[in-house]
Amino acid sequence: MTKGTVSGVIANMVTLIVDGPVAQGEICYIETGGDRLMSEVIKVVGKDVYVQVFESTRGLKVGAVAEFTGHMLEVRLAPGMLSKNYDGLQNDLDKMEGVFLKRGQYTNPLDEDRDWIFKPIVKVGDVVQASDWLGEVIENSQPLKIMVPFQMEGKATVKSIAAEGTYKIVDTIAVLVKEDGTELKVDMIQHWPVKFAMTNYAIKPRPFKLLETGVRTIDTFNPITEGGTGFIPGPFGTGKTVLQHAISKQAEADIVIIAACGERANEVVEIFTEFPELDDPHTGRKLMERTIIIANTSNMPVAAREASVYTAMTMAEYYRSMGLRVLLMADSTSRWAQALREMSNRMEELPGPDAFPMDLSALISNFYGRAGYVVLNNGKVGSITFIGTVSPAGGNLKEPVTESTRKVARCFYGLEQDRADKKRYPAVNPIDSYSKYLEYPEFADYIKGVIDDKWIGKVNNLKTRMQRGKEIAEQINILGDDGVPVDYHETFWKSEVIDFILLQQDAFDEVDAVTPLVRQEAIVNKVMQICEIDYKFDNFLDVVDYFKKLINLCKQWNYSEYKSEQYYDFERQIDEFLAPHVD
Amino acid sequence: MATTAFQKVYTKISQITKATCSLKAKGVGYDELARINGRLAQVVKIAGDDVTLQVFEGTGGIPTNAEVVFLGKAPSLKVSDQLAGRFFNAYGDPIDGGPAIEGKEVEIGGPSVNPVRRKQPSELIATGIAGIDLNNTLVSGQKIPFFADPDQPFNQVMALVALRAKADKIILGGMGMTNDDYYFFRNTFSNAGALDRIVSFMNTTEDPAVERLLVPDMALTAAEYFAVEKHEKVLVLLTDMTSYADSLSIVSNRMDQIPSKDSMPGSLYSDLAKIYEKAVQFPPEAGGGSITIIAVTTLSGGDITHAVPDNTGYITEGQLFLRRDTDIGKVIIDPFRSLSRLKQLVAGKKTRKDHSQIMNASIRLYSDAANAKTKLENGFDLTDYDNRCLDFAKEYSDKLLAIDVNLDTTEMLDVTWKLLYKYFKLEEVNIKKELTDQYWHE
Repeated sequence: MTKGTVSGVIANMVTLIVDGPVAQGEICYIETGGDRLMSEVIKVVGKDVYVQVFESTRGLKVGAVAEFTGHMLEVRLAPGMLSKNYDGLQNDLDKMEGVFLKRGQYTNPLDEDRDWIFKPIVKVGDVVQASDWLGEVIENSQPLKIMVPFQMEGKATVKSIAAEGTYKIVDTIAVLVKEDGTELKVDMIQHWPVKFAMTNYAIKPRPFKLLETGVRTIDTFNPITEGGTGFIPGPFGTGKTVLQHAISKQAEADIVIIAACGERANEVVEIFTEFPELDDPHTGRKLMERTIIIANTSNMPVAAREASVYTAMTMAEYYRSMGLRVLLMADSTSRWAQALREMSNRMEELPGPDAFPMDLSALISNFYGRAGYVVLNNGKVGSITFIGTVSPAGGNLKEPVTESTRKVARCFYGLEQDRADKKRYPAVNPIDSYSKYLEYPEFADYIKGVIDDKWIGKVNNLKTRMQRGKEIAEQINILGDDGVPVDYHETFWKSEVIDFILLQQDAFDEVDAVTPLVRQEAIVNKVMQICEIDYKFDNFLDVVDYFKKLINLCKQWNYSEYKSEQYYDFERQIDEFLAPHVD
Repeated sequence: MATTAFQKVYTKISQITKATCSLKAKGVGYDELARINGRLAQVVKIAGDDVTLQVFEGTGGIPTNAEVVFLGKAPSLKVSDQLAGRFFNAYGDPIDGGPAIEGKEVEIGGPSVNPVRRKQPSELIATGIAGIDLNNTLVSGQKIPFFADPDQPFNQVMALVALRAKADKIILGGMGMTNDDYYFFRNTFSNAGALDRIVSFMNTTEDPAVERLLVPDMALTAAEYFAVEKHEKVLVLLTDMTSYADSLSIVSNRMDQIPSKDSMPGSLYSDLAKIYEKAVQFPPEAGGGSITIIAVTTLSGGDITHAVPDNTGYITEGQLFLRRDTDIGKVIIDPFRSLSRLKQLVAGKKTRKDHSQIMNASIRLYSDAANAKTKLENGFDLTDYDNRCLDFAKEYSDKLLAIDVNLDTTEMLDVTWKLLYKYFKLEEVNIKKELTDQYWHE
């Protein structure tokens, strides 16, 4: 293997002089003071190789020796990863010793001693190709497939397959004979370089199935689909993390992968403190059982931050190849972009906008492109739904990361400072936010089957009312309460009903936090009913008074457990309250 | 520090800028300290034989033939119980005339805590100030800055919070602090009889600016000693982090780095995060100690979109805003822009169950008052509701938001219920019926 010698150090960028061939993106380990520092090649100029070190370079000296590994940054994939906490380089954090992270400490992401009950799917003589399912093991009640190695080229014939029984991930469970006659022993472990997209599927059609999140402003107003992409930009303090956690708790997915990329450590602590206690609303099992956390918090080495989002995406692709529905959340992609900027700056590259590297936009769009709804080679389907947060500098959405993301993500959930200040949570701006999926005929067909064919019309009607309400609020601000006709007040307060009852949701209230789609339908119908009445008030004070009482009643209805006695009681009170105004 | 035997002395400096010196040297480690004619410097770049040093005191007066000695270690601090009650400069040398500290030498800026070894913060810090305890409850292990203009009394509020917080140790890191403020802290802590709980690392406006870069790491290294080894509840006060960031930009500028927003280095977020993320609550297995960081970020004219407050906001767990309320003539904790992200870990759990709902309701009504005020200023007629909101807001500011309030949390909740009852109708507060049934009375 190629060796190198350190010739220069600036923070975590190190230059090496090498004695043999190296590849762009190749991993090497630099020895210093008894520690081995993992590094990745980022630039080669003649014999000088620039690497980014995934650790602190304190004390590193010129002349230190580096050993190249011959492979790029890879993850190892096998059963046993669910409910684990990894760092950005896929080290198992729970296996690390001590309270503090020690430099150069790398741990095995997989548990090689754990027993699994394996059931074969293929028979001797079957012809298979890369990623085909050979057998199955069950992890946390989730059936996981053991697949033909992703890298295998061409077709192969199954020579032998393990009988049903107990095996470890390192045991050989199948022997394949390739086209050239060589034999390939297959265990349960897959390897994959994280920077490459897995394309082991037949086709990638347009997503069409609603992914229920229980968050009304998403599901009803701007729905995301299985295999869809979305992003949540917002200034700090507008509730990005709360919204993201709500989605990851409630979404109807088989596997949830959370990449905490350059964010606060306490947010990760919140996940692994609370998720083991919380039930998955769809299966009743503990949330942690379907969750993997990739934690590269803001105080962990910067270079590993970039790796963390790729590590998470590669794991998601692994589960998608098994025909599972994966939800991937990355918080936040801006921190990843900043990590790229720091390195580009040290390499003295010519900067693009806001000193970000020129290829930022391309990197972001390639990354979002890895999500999607796919039909596998065997006809089964799988999906990766990807939602990223963006932390725009100064809350200004005209900055490179937000703009590059807007080009590729199909759903936009813009968080607004003004709404957050007024405690109107979730602070998703109802007018500027959008979901392109509402325009997909595939989605319209699907939703017709789940709810009815009037649904999208109703949603658009409510959106128009919100827009109109906003315009009137501005007019009232300029002209005064008496300066506009009374029915303007009525229209404005109808938009407030939509806002308070449908869009605002208390993430910390046990009942209100999650609204199943059927209940959202009930709320939408109630709100539509309220909006379509012509109230005929004489003066605006009566309007304000009436709607405040109405909103209060509806809020109590929202806080009541679905279909409980209290729920029906408040529903009846609302109807009685409306009755005098219905012709 | 005298040079020891067989230490190599270099005397040929090839390049001098305002903050850095370069020379040819071998066997030098990254981050290593050196002395140039006695002044402390740190290795910031190695390219073959060329080593660049950042000189903390500045390079004025350094000749090209200055004696350079490498110390073979990164900046470090000797830690032991002797730190308590002492005042140090940015290098960790005593400035109170007392003896040098004996203890274990620890490199500053050490590794971070493994996230899975953290515990979720859950212990309320009561400050008596309702603008904090009621609306923006602090939790031990939290990191939170005051965002304030330089003329606001943030140091006074911070000293008050520190003394009421019942911490085992208070570690004060002063960066670019005026000498007067330094004495304010010394006197306040001394008058409160708290001097034995204080450790202070001070860089005043009289000291060189680049020196301040050491202060947060010094303070946090001392904090980690008490929290990890002694299992204590440590409160770290850092004032002012904007001066710290200014020093970062000076150094990156001298090193010809391309600046990003507001002339700050591109690594500002990571640099600040490394400091703030030292805030931690250790689990009982690790002794149960904690480090809470309360910092100050001074703003220019209240602008929070500037790179320093902006990046800080993304790192810290909330922020506290001070504002002068002209209606009552007092400084209040601004309820709109202040936020404690960890408050839901204690609100309603360690405090009474009505805490969250009543907090949201009163802030919403307070914001209605702000709208009414705008209407009034624009010359429109006010409704009865608008007038009630305005009266409520005034009394709410005076009785709860002002920084001179000192109540326990239950009293704060009772006062809020009283105000709501006094000014509003039941249907105007939008609080769960279960709670209004219990608390909606005189």
